Amino acid sequence: MSNVIRDFFRVQIVDLAARKTRVENIPGRAQWLGGSGLAALLFERHGDPGAAWDDPGQPLIFAIGTLTGFFPLMSKTVCGFLSPYHGQYAESHAGGRSALALRFADLDALVIIGRAARPCVLSVGSRHMEIRDAPFLWGKDVFTTGKMLRHMLPGSGHRSILRIGPAGENGSAYACINVDTYRHFGRLGAGAVMGAKNLKAVAVLGDASFPLPAGKDYANAFKEIHGLVTETSMMSKYHDLGTAGNVAALNELKSLPWRNLQATTDAGIDGISGEKFADDMLLRNAACSGCPVGCIHIGYLREKFMADHRFLYRQVAYDYEPIFSLGSMLGLTDGAKVLGLMDAVEREGLDCMSAGVALAWATEAMEKGLVTPEQTLADLRFGSAEGYAVAIRHLGAGANEFYRLLASGTLKAAGRYGGEDFACVLGQEMAGYATGETFFVSEALSFRHSHLDSGAYSADQKPQDKDAAKVVASFVKDEASRCVLTSMVGCLFARGVYTPERLAQALNSLGYADVAGNLGQAGEGVQRLRWRLRLRSGYDPEHARIPKRYSEIATWKGPIDADYMEELRRAYAARILELGAE
Amino acid sequence: MKTLIAARMERCIGCQSCSLACARLVHGRLSWHTAGIRIGSSGGISTGFEARVCLACDPPPCAAACPTGALTPRKSDGGVKQDKKLCIRCGACAEACPVGAIVRDETGAPYVCIHCGRCVPFCPHDCLELGEKDGLRPGQEVAE
Repeated sequence: MSNVIRDFFRVQIVDLAARKTRVENIPGRAQWLGGSGLAALLFERHGDPGAAWDDPGQPLIFAIGTLTGFFPLMSKTVCGFLSPYHGQYAESHAGGRSALALRFADLDALVIIGRAARPCVLSVGSRHMEIRDAPFLWGKDVFTTGKMLRHMLPGSGHRSILRIGPAGENGSAYACINVDTYRHFGRLGAGAVMGAKNLKAVAVLGDASFPLPAGKDYANAFKEIHGLVTETSMMSKYHDLGTAGNVAALNELKSLPWRNLQATTDAGIDGISGEKFADDMLLRNAACSGCPVGCIHIGYLREKFMADHRFLYRQVAYDYEPIFSLGSMLGLTDGAKVLGLMDAVEREGLDCMSAGVALAWATEAMEKGLVTPEQTLADLRFGSAEGYAVAIRHLGAGANEFYRLLASGTLKAAGRYGGEDFACVLGQEMAGYATGETFFVSEALSFRHSHLDSGAYSADQKPQDKDAAKVVASFVKDEASRCVLTSMVGCLFARGVYTPERLAQALNSLGYADVAGNLGQAGEGVQRLRWRLRLRSGYDPEHARIPKRYSEIATWKGPIDADYMEELRRAYAARILELGAE
Repeated sequence: MKTLIAARMERCIGCQSCSLACARLVHGRLSWHTAGIRIGSSGGISTGFEARVCLACDPPPCAAACPTGALTPRKSDGGVKQDKKLCIRCGACAEACPVGAIVRDETGAPYVCIHCGRCVPFCPHDCLELGEKDGLRPGQEVAE
């Protein structure tokens, strides 16, 4: 049996066109760590930053990290790809079983290149690689695809299934990859990269096992970390109400975007609060493999579909972001209706955040007469779920020119129809934090255009002096430390547990003293490589704009200070250019 | 003798902490598969989870099928004890198990629950229980 504790990365490269695979051992664990670092390293080797995102040669990369599977919450996979959203290097993260499945397939990373001649499904394991033609799955929604794949593929219980829906097949710039039904590589269009490769699904079979180090260091480190995540209050907010617990809190802080960010608070909050979901709709929890927290909240939706009391039920995973994007952003105050839209988005294989924010823009554009019912094919009105359910199907299908443009990004549609001032786009359709200048600049410019790139949204929630240089320095420092965690690959919910000291303890317990001793430097190195790749593939942070809507709102601090926001934007853009300099 | 029972699997969230704990603590391995207890969905993750674990048959058919004495019945209450040194990796035990509770690794070595209970404290939802067999019944959930 192979030893999984090794100073190189074991990487499987699958060429869908040639229907062949090879395994490479790539040195550099102490320098690149895994996850974010390994994905960037592999993109540099296999990607072409000058070619189009859907060029068959572009790689789709799934990478795990040095601590994956060895410790609780080391349960995430990093997907690296050239994004159809902006044509540049991007990352998206997901959990489910994906990370442990890759670990037990004995792979530090899976790299998929080439375009299959026909729609296909790829299945890999520690002793297995198969590409199956699957034209019969093309056009199928995410749920039907999942049900069929379960019967087609081996390894129930110890595999991960990554799949796309119609949105990915149709090249939507925010098509997601669904992971094991309730998790996603959600943002920036990794699903379309699979679609462009004629790849409907990837199954990873985790069928190997490995010896653990002898001695007490590993056992002690595990015990200590497991105790922190299960016996203290550090993680309780994630399994109690879950991230949905923030909905009412942010509404109270005047920081929850409502109706395309025309307001930041609303009295109708009680219908979509985390408490409301937990009390009336929460069916059960689920977990990523290797995580005892179980933050996945699955809601229950009962629908009467016929007379004589004929019902069906749906199970829909909810979180803060989908409640914001398909709830408050669309003016909905009935949690059950929001669950219904989440289910519709899931079926199409769309990113819920981008889909909801795009439809919020479309609604305001319709109100202002910029787009017509003939274009939207649905009656889009804030607070009315029925029209949105229809629109989500059209968005997944790319039903007409309007929806094809909207599916390539809200600003693309606004460029054609007008309404750029109220497009709620910060690099991509915004995350649900109307907290203030710090967050708006951070999301608009940062690497993943995510609320998880830095702690900006929580910095906004505290009093701060408007010192742009200091804030930019905090963005950069925060990003570097998050690069370490997303290279291990730990869930960012555990960032309070996995301090640099505890990461070093965990690594040392496995015999990775050289990795443990290089964490700070490696984090900065990963950060710089990601920015180099981003800039090489065309990113110009100096031209990243923050739409007018963001200077028109008020938060708990009062009106937005547009001059300070612009100063901060310029300062961060300049720093990004330094970070990504060759 | 004390017996492990997956008593409250309705609560299971699929984190597989039990399998990982068994592999780590009983077998000294990193695995979610080569363990005495294994978790899978009942037919897709939307359907909830099941545990594949020894039901402590008395007498145990796996021990009867074992040609070497590597698996022998426990003194009482069903189930088996395992002497890995005697195992020739023939797989007869796994074939004999009526509920698929014995899994084999890539070398053919069998993994079966020995009812030690070391997985129990790792379950965040208290799905598992170690106790006297007569006192253990998968019962009705009682709200706390």
